[in-house]
Amino acid sequence: MLRIPCPFCGPRAEIEFRCGGEAHIRRPPDPEALSDAEWADYLFMRRNPKGIHFERWFHAHGCQRWFNLARHTVSDRILAVYPMGEGPPAELSAAPEAGADG
Amino acid sequence: MAEGVARLERGGRIDRAKPLRFRFDGREYLGYAGDTLASALLANGVHLVGRSFKYHRPRGILTAGAEEPNALVRVERGDGRSDPNTRATTLPLFNDLEAFPQNCRPGLAFDLLAVNGLLAPLFPAGFYYKTFMWPPAFWKRIYEPRIRAAAGLGEAPRRPDPDRYLHRFAHCEVLIAGGGPAGIAAALAATRAGARVILAEAQPAFGGWLLGEGAVRARIGGEAPDAWLAEALAELRAAPNCRLLPRTTVFGCYDHNLVGLLEDVGDHRLAPGEGRPRHRLWKVRATEVVVAAGMIERPLVFPANDRPGIMLAGAAATYLHRYAVLPGREIVVVTNNDSVYGLAGDLAEAGARVTVADSRRRVPEAVATAARARGVALLTGVLPAGSEGRRRVRQIHLRPRDAGITLPVPHACDLVLMSGGWHPDLALFAQARGGLRWDGDLAAFLPDRAHWPMRCAGGANGTRSLAEAIADGLRAGAAAARAAGFSAEPPTPPPVEEGPAWTLEPLWCVPGCSTRERAKAFVDFQQDVTARDLGLALREGYESIEHVKRYTTTGMGTDQGKTGNLNALGIVAGERGLPVAAVGVTTFRQPWTPVPFGALVGPHRGALFDPVRRTPMHRWAEAAGAVFEDVGQWKRARYFPREGEDMAAAVQREARAVREACGMLDASTLGKIDIRGPDAAEFLNRVYTNAWTKLAVGACRYGLMLGEDGMVFDDGVTARLAEDHFHMTTTTGGAARVLAWLENWLQTEWPELRVWCTSVTEQWATVTVTGPRAREVLRPLVEEVDLGPAAFPHMTFRTGRVAGVPARIFRISFTGELSFEVNVPAGYGLHVWEALVEAGRPHGLTVYGTETMHLLRAEKGYIIVGQDTDGTVTPFDLGMGWIVSRKKRDFVGRRSLFRSDLQRPDRKQLVGLLTEDPARVLEEGAQIVEDPNEPVPMRMIGHVTSSYMSPTLGRSIALALVAGGRERGGQRLWVPQLDGPPVAVEVTSPVFYDPAGERLHV
Repeated sequence: MLRIPCPFCGPRAEIEFRCGGEAHIRRPPDPEALSDAEWADYLFMRRNPKGIHFERWFHAHGCQRWFNLARHTVSDRILAVYPMGEGPPAELSAAPEAGADG
Repeated sequence: MAEGVARLERGGRIDRAKPLRFRFDGREYLGYAGDTLASALLANGVHLVGRSFKYHRPRGILTAGAEEPNALVRVERGDGRSDPNTRATTLPLFNDLEAFPQNCRPGLAFDLLAVNGLLAPLFPAGFYYKTFMWPPAFWKRIYEPRIRAAAGLGEAPRRPDPDRYLHRFAHCEVLIAGGGPAGIAAALAATRAGARVILAEAQPAFGGWLLGEGAVRARIGGEAPDAWLAEALAELRAAPNCRLLPRTTVFGCYDHNLVGLLEDVGDHRLAPGEGRPRHRLWKVRATEVVVAAGMIERPLVFPANDRPGIMLAGAAATYLHRYAVLPGREIVVVTNNDSVYGLAGDLAEAGARVTVADSRRRVPEAVATAARARGVALLTGVLPAGSEGRRRVRQIHLRPRDAGITLPVPHACDLVLMSGGWHPDLALFAQARGGLRWDGDLAAFLPDRAHWPMRCAGGANGTRSLAEAIADGLRAGAAAARAAGFSAEPPTPPPVEEGPAWTLEPLWCVPGCSTRERAKAFVDFQQDVTARDLGLALREGYESIEHVKRYTTTGMGTDQGKTGNLNALGIVAGERGLPVAAVGVTTFRQPWTPVPFGALVGPHRGALFDPVRRTPMHRWAEAAGAVFEDVGQWKRARYFPREGEDMAAAVQREARAVREACGMLDASTLGKIDIRGPDAAEFLNRVYTNAWTKLAVGACRYGLMLGEDGMVFDDGVTARLAEDHFHMTTTTGGAARVLAWLENWLQTEWPELRVWCTSVTEQWATVTVTGPRAREVLRPLVEEVDLGPAAFPHMTFRTGRVAGVPARIFRISFTGELSFEVNVPAGYGLHVWEALVEAGRPHGLTVYGTETMHLLRAEKGYIIVGQDTDGTVTPFDLGMGWIVSRKKRDFVGRRSLFRSDLQRPDRKQLVGLLTEDPARVLEEGAQIVEDPNEPVPMRMIGHVTSSYMSPTLGRSIALALVAGGRERGGQRLWVPQLDGPPVAVEVTSPVFYDPAGERLHV
């Protein structure tokens, strides 16, 4: 069970949280302008990298706040936690494994 | 009861002043406090303790610890306390302990299924896949049930567990698994550094090897090790930052150093005792973990190496020195290493005749000389080739290693000790994804790189002497404390006097066992896997060690192959002509030893399984004889039966009362969310399908929420209390989900919106008063609100007082009748409810439950999200296109509604169904077909979602989702039945009653 550093409450056990899947998927500002394929891409398509994954977590049994988290999907190490609306730390998004799907 | 025949007069750590009576297999014996069941049995000369898994071979006690594969017993303590698969080697003896052997019928000494041993050719590796294939129908009916009855370990208890189990969370900087010399040393170093330390030891006493053989084999600081041990434990006990947990097994190391501990609180006695739990399960989050689990000794793999009276040498050392048991008088020790020689001398001095048969051609001179001087006979370059003896070994065959075709020489004995070398117990380290590396010198795997902050110490780290183990423990403890942020240097280790560290020459199995020999040379004693099975698996093409494991089941028992796995790897490596390191290891998984389900469940059973939520009016409903149903965690009154009524009768009466006079429902469980902020209306506009910005203050509106995929997610009525303040209601089951959903959008997608959501479900009690006479019932209790139709029209709300307390009254309806939902602060709920019951008496007010509520809304065609929808249903499918705004350019889910697939005319749509026989009530969930004569499998075009007998209409009604349903009005469809002919139905509108809504606007 992961130990997740909630930016508001401190480190807490994974059972207190809910994972909200991949982070940084912006809702298209004008959905009507999108083709079915583009809309389906927003709706359903997610990365499944072997490496660094940026994901959203919700402290459901705690402060009820959402935040972003960078986790290595192989080692399960948590590499960074950062607020909603911010991009991932530059050194992580630039890491060679960050983009690799595997 | 006589003193045990094999018990020595002196020595050991048993308390001779405290004799204990116990029974095994129906016979009474005597042991002492401090014994385990295994040591007490051996003291009484009992070696035969069980039958093996597959061949029902007689088996004895192989080890003196948690790695025991054979000596598994069923312990009966009365009151439903029945524990299968209990290791006799770790079960502390207590008075009146009653244990039974497992896996034998009719009895231990004569087991009918021992015939399996003669049928051994039928049970080769993978026998499941080979032997019982024909005829196919026999597998399910005959083969599988018989095999299951014949094999298997123990029997599951049949009665409820009477004991309590607790869970406990803890945090520490350094958790140490194992309280032997290395673990104690690590605890000393980490505790002195100031770290919070937990030291867990599975046995009742700390000390490990020092409690047994170590006590006579070494001296610490010039004294017997007991002195060092006592001093160290006193220091740890006195330290406020160190917690000692005896009788506590570290069974699992998980991600981010979550460590699972099983503490035996009341299991080492007949019953836990008043107020005590049986086990306590600890979930410890440790900054650093030190694994000091020691080493495990391997058997030698030779034909018939499994008879009772054949045990590991280290186990015999423990029985001799810790429990004062001399388990044999004529002893042959077969070995490939030096670790047994000291023991051989001890046994000789205790009165046994001892021969060491060493497989090595040359034994270190000092070792051999010392043993001979103590009266031990020594044979070198000798291999064990077989054994004899039914219930106990009486002969071992030895043959010279180098001679060509020499016949084995029988050697009379009553005890065979074997040692194939020792390997670190790396289960915890490897569970936590630590890497292993091969060490040729030790002929075993050693810990390599840890994945989580963790290190091994002592035997688990490959040390082979006490001095090394203590020094390594001190180093590891200090290093762990340092890594956790404390400044620490390893304390100076005490001087240790002991013999030279042992050496070995690997011998994975006696040559020939994996191919030719018919006699069984066991590798995995619990799973009855022989060297030949491994060889066969390889010859049949299984190469990967993971495949070999699954095909032969080696390493898959409750002991997880603790004693057998490395021999299996060595044999596979030998057969394949590879180094052992190249074969690799199978994955180590938690738990290290079995954990009772009771301990995992902990207190979460019965009333504590799930929280129960009750409304403020619950007590009233209970007193009124309500039958309750579970809706999520809520207890809701389902119906209120009167004398002699069943549910159908009660519901018909309740429903008629609502349509003809007036009814009252406790609707407090409805989810309620208070939404505030200047952008609240805009926010609702985005999450509901219809328009909200222009909703007047004082008005209510029904809303439908969609997922972004366009499917109906929840529904409810929301009222505008002020420009910037709304009261949202959700389905009972969806309240938490909806709140989380709203927070998700607000926090992650639209942080610019100034909106705050608060759950107020439990702050308000809600009473629905509904029916043609609802107004008359309510009027005498209401202040400050004009209930007249013009002043208080449908879909509005008013604030006032009801029965003297502040109230929000919503004029909304889920029954199709004139309805008022009265919301009052929860503390007043019961008061208002009782006042309304009184006020309603002259008007025929009838209290009703959820079943009637469902029926009444179905008559009106009102959906219930989750019953008439299932996550694949759009508003258009429901015929609710009217609630989807044409003007709004965007709301959650809108774009998906225009995907081509969601526009298909043959999507399942909500319709009404009327059975041709009006008395016939369809089953909810029943499938619908077009052609009743179509051969099976029939094409299913939909299913029934709601179905009731309607008293108002005097006939049954149903709602259904049917492909292209709205175009099928008037069509005749069929609902096939499990028993009987299909039922004919006619497709209709889902609104059965008052389609114009005239009864609402009165």
